[in-house]
Amino acid sequence: MSNIKYILGSFGDPDEMMHGIEKLQENNIKIHDVYTPMPIHGIEAKLGVKRSRLDIAAFFFGITGTMTMLTGVYLATVVDWPINIGGKTHFALPDFIPITFELTILFCAFGLVGSYYASTHLFPGRAPRVMDLRATNDRFIIAVDAKENTEHTKIDELLKGAGALEVKYNERKYISYE
Amino acid sequence: MSGHNESILREPLITGKNITYAQITDDILLPVENKPNRAWWIGFIISLCGATLWVVAVSYTFWFGIGAWGLNKTVGWAWDITGFVWWVGIGHAGTLISAVLLLFRQNWRNSINRSAEAMTIFAVICAATYVVSHMGRPWLAYWVLPLPNQFGSLWVNFNSPLVWDMFAISTYFSVSLLFWYTGLLPDIATIRDRAEGMRKKVYTVLSFGWTGNVKTWQRFEAVSLILAGISTPLVLSVHTIVSMDFATSVIPGWHTTIFPPYFVAGAIFSGFAMVLTLLLVARKVLGLENYITMFHIESMNKIIILTGSIVGVAYLTEFFIAWYSGSEYEQYAFINRSTGPYWWAYWMMMTCNVISPQLLWFKKIRTNIAATWILSIVVNIGMWFERFVIIVTSLHRDYLPSSWAMFYPTWVDVSVFVGSIGLFFTLFLLFLRVLPSIAIAEVKLLLKSASEQAKLELIKDGHLDKEQVAEYVESLDKFDSVKQEEYAKI
Repeated sequence: MSNIKYILGSFGDPDEMMHGIEKLQENNIKIHDVYTPMPIHGIEAKLGVKRSRLDIAAFFFGITGTMTMLTGVYLATVVDWPINIGGKTHFALPDFIPITFELTILFCAFGLVGSYYASTHLFPGRAPRVMDLRATNDRFIIAVDAKENTEHTKIDELLKGAGALEVKYNERKYISYE
Repeated sequence: MSGHNESILREPLITGKNITYAQITDDILLPVENKPNRAWWIGFIISLCGATLWVVAVSYTFWFGIGAWGLNKTVGWAWDITGFVWWVGIGHAGTLISAVLLLFRQNWRNSINRSAEAMTIFAVICAATYVVSHMGRPWLAYWVLPLPNQFGSLWVNFNSPLVWDMFAISTYFSVSLLFWYTGLLPDIATIRDRAEGMRKKVYTVLSFGWTGNVKTWQRFEAVSLILAGISTPLVLSVHTIVSMDFATSVIPGWHTTIFPPYFVAGAIFSGFAMVLTLLLVARKVLGLENYITMFHIESMNKIIILTGSIVGVAYLTEFFIAWYSGSEYEQYAFINRSTGPYWWAYWMMMTCNVISPQLLWFKKIRTNIAATWILSIVVNIGMWFERFVIIVTSLHRDYLPSSWAMFYPTWVDVSVFVGSIGLFFTLFLLFLRVLPSIAIAEVKLLLKSASEQAKLELIKDGHLDKEQVAEYVESLDKFDSVKQEEYAKI
């Protein structure tokens, strides 16, 4: 066995890369991941990435904001320190709609982005797990686990046949670590 | 993505020959990865002088109190709130471009959203400094927050539009920052993977470990869409609430229900003008003519005509309603605006905001860079006067004629305003140096469908309606970055 850990097919064109994914899948070769410099539409269906549930999370974060503000204002203006302003009701709901709306948006946005960062492991200072430095520039990279898929020459042929400009054999999983 | 071709009738969003993905990265990162040129240094030094003036003027205000400003008992609110509303309004175009145009699937937003959002953030920073510096005791600025305290707890007045405004502006600022920074992650990763040494370390921390794998991209798009969906009502609410600072009072000239929509239209109007002021210079100095094309400029000019006309209709409506209301105080406020001691400010506003933008109906003018740039500055001036007119002319005639007064700014008033412009440009120029001014990943999405070269391929292939091709080629006439000779051969 060689020390090759990952085989990378480096494509210059997103359509050719999609073709490469199809080729590999037709031959029952499991794809580890795909790294691209821009979002590729339709790729998640091919690779079986599940639909995001972030929208549901966002809704509940938003509702939490709504409830927080309404509760907070109620506690402040009715329970803790009611003020008689011309005999008007203490809990003057129409007045609190703007701030309730703002807090809904605030909670929704922070909750949503926080969940996104947490679910995709993004945080300041995280060591980037990069397999090919050009994947954020002009190359579309298909990564195949070389230990699981042992027919290396076949993978090579399939990738090149689909239009890969280059096929790399990485002995380290991530090249970005020093 | 590229399953089908875009209609040939649509004008290209990326021009130029032999543009590749690598070329896009190189072009956009040119100012980030190289030493700045002379134009940048000249601009930066001038802006820095302005920012220094701002620091001096604001420190002076903090030290001596707001008596340093030209306010008097009658006009207790003048340049500070004018500057605040002006800056907040300018900020609105960034969110409009990044959120509303995303919801409407306007692809031309892709190359201008990044710098417009940066502009939003810097404009809101400038606006926020006015809020803090006009407080008189800025070290007690946290009193605007509903924090538990030892006075009772004594809470803020949740019925006050000024408290709503604090919630609106801080939410707006932080949500815009989130939206902007999340969008920046893939592009920061691009810089990181090309950098060496210390630069690489810094951009590694900033990139949050972005790799561009499938799941991250898919979630990224979901997040962008939801953020756009919540930012759209947010941006409308922010200027609505700013307008309520005035509209919920009982001052003649302020107490009108037209304020919210009229302020929102005005905000978008001034924001787009500021985007044009900045980008027309940036595209030239940074050599981004292929990405920010004449189509982008013309589209923004069309939005300026629309919103400028809405603002014009609002001015006339206000006048009509003042007459129709039968309220003599309201009527006097408006007659006084246009013919009283501040008539020059009123007509300055009318000319700059309503009359001169109508010139953009002429295609020759809206596709002329110099004319567009001058008009965008005229709009900015006009929008400053709009706020000045609303605020000062309504206040300077108090209920008692014995209290009638005029407002004369002091050097501190002028310096805080001029200085805030300096601060804004300092931040913007620094942004151009350290972060990509165009969303690299989003522009790459357009390369295969909406670029001039992709469309040229389609034309060369044949199969297209001759009339449509002729119309397309004709539409390229106005582009300063397209050579017509190429098309003459076909």
